[in-house]
Amino acid sequence: MRHLLSTRDLSRDEAIHVLDVAENMADVATREVKKLPTLRGRTVVNLFFEDSTRTRISFEAAAKRLSADVINFSAKGSSVSKGESLKDTAQTLEAMGADGVVLRHPASGAPHVLAESGWIDAAIVNAGDGTHEHPTQALLDAFTIRRRLHGGTQRSSDGAAAHGTARGRDLDGVSVVIVGDILHSRVARSNVWLLTTLGAAVTLVAPPTLVPIGIDTWPVDVCFSLDEAIDTVRPDVVMMLRIQAERMSAAFFPNTREYGRVWGLDDARTARLAPDSMVMHPGPMNRGLEISAAAADSARSTVLEQVANGVSVRMAVLYLLLAGQGEGL
Amino acid sequence: MSARTLLHQADITRALTRIAHEVLESNRGSAGLVLLGIPTRGVLLASRLGRILADIDPDFDPASVGSIDVTMYRDDLSRKPTRAPAPTSVPPGGIDGTTVVLVDDVLYSGRTIRAALDAISDLGRPRAVRLAVLVDRGHRELPIRADFVGKNLPSAQHERIFVHLAELDGDDSVSIDSLSTNPASTDPASTAQVDAAAGSTTHGRARP
Repeated sequence: MRHLLSTRDLSRDEAIHVLDVAENMADVATREVKKLPTLRGRTVVNLFFEDSTRTRISFEAAAKRLSADVINFSAKGSSVSKGESLKDTAQTLEAMGADGVVLRHPASGAPHVLAESGWIDAAIVNAGDGTHEHPTQALLDAFTIRRRLHGGTQRSSDGAAAHGTARGRDLDGVSVVIVGDILHSRVARSNVWLLTTLGAAVTLVAPPTLVPIGIDTWPVDVCFSLDEAIDTVRPDVVMMLRIQAERMSAAFFPNTREYGRVWGLDDARTARLAPDSMVMHPGPMNRGLEISAAAADSARSTVLEQVANGVSVRMAVLYLLLAGQGEGL
Repeated sequence: MSARTLLHQADITRALTRIAHEVLESNRGSAGLVLLGIPTRGVLLASRLGRILADIDPDFDPASVGSIDVTMYRDDLSRKPTRAPAPTSVPPGGIDGTTVVLVDDVLYSGRTIRAALDAISDLGRPRAVRLAVLVDRGHRELPIRADFVGKNLPSAQHERIFVHLAELDGDDSVSIDSLSTNPASTDPASTAQVDAAAGSTTHGRARP
């Protein structure tokens, strides 16, 4: 595969390979010199047609740690706001010699168009397209779960570094509950495909109005009550999704306070989770709405690990797509 | 494939024991000594060397044996399909001010060692870096030489050298394949293919 467009077409072995390479990249972050010369002379363009700070700087940090040159291109204040098409933008980047394009776009399928059109030769990484997929977010979530469960690099009592505790492992038998706006969430979609490919059991929890049509064809269970899911599934991982006010064109629930009361992870629900369970959130969090401050700051919370792991996983993706000759993942 | 075995298990053990003594001699003891193996088989050789050193000199700290992955530092990354990197593990004390002995199975073009030197400089600043290899087969493309050599094996460039270690391959041997001048004639199930999949261990692929 030359591009990373979705997690749906990643095989189990490909996904584990990406996570294993990310373990190497995570080791780099603990060193004195946090930089590798691997992508020296390669150019990565962050092409963002939607506002994003964390994903963009995460990709930027990842590319820079691999010594690639990074060009940030955001639609605001650019030729796109003057009416330039995706095709012309792509051809401009091609002419500038971009080796990789990290694309975020409000339209589902835009990265696919860019990859298939022949307008540009570069490897395309989907950094979120509409309500379709956000593959690197799912990869970093899977990486975070795997590290918490099986450990990253650990040192035994005699000081020898023990590797391979997490390497090569999948997520067989892990139960994951994803709570929130499934309808509009590309994070949820990417996670459903990736986590089930890796062997996890996924339960989606949402108000009926925020469950997409056709969900019965997804390899998941659906539950409309968070309380019921916590008590019956006994989840290892609870992943809270952000309420995306910007994507809500209609009234999907009466008001945010009611949403928070019924589907939010409040202090009482957090207390009922197993002690070694994880609370995840892709960020940015609406504290007090979908997640309480206590849950977000507890030892169960992986929010900051997810940010750190995001850089490692994106380094792995960029390395696998850009370093070699052709092949990719 | 007609491979000729040049070193047997006893030869390899003798060579490693001699290298261990030479390392201790040149370092005047085991103080500040760190062994870093280059994956895949260099790591196995480094841990064997570490055990021999610990037998000879009780002061040698067995924890000062690690591995250093050089994949990210190679100069041929963009010419080949993407390689899977192996873990790097550095002894808990780090490598600043130590004498690092790099350990690899075969020294050929010297490009792997060049990459390893770059990798080391990103990990810290050792007092000195030495190189120990089981086999030196010549054909250097860079001004690099080994300080400790198990066996010099003058070879032609079209020949292939195979290092087998018991931990990975079931037996200990170093063999040379003299006849496969044409890579296409190689049996696809041969060690060469298996080794290429496991890492950088066939020392004789045609270079661009």
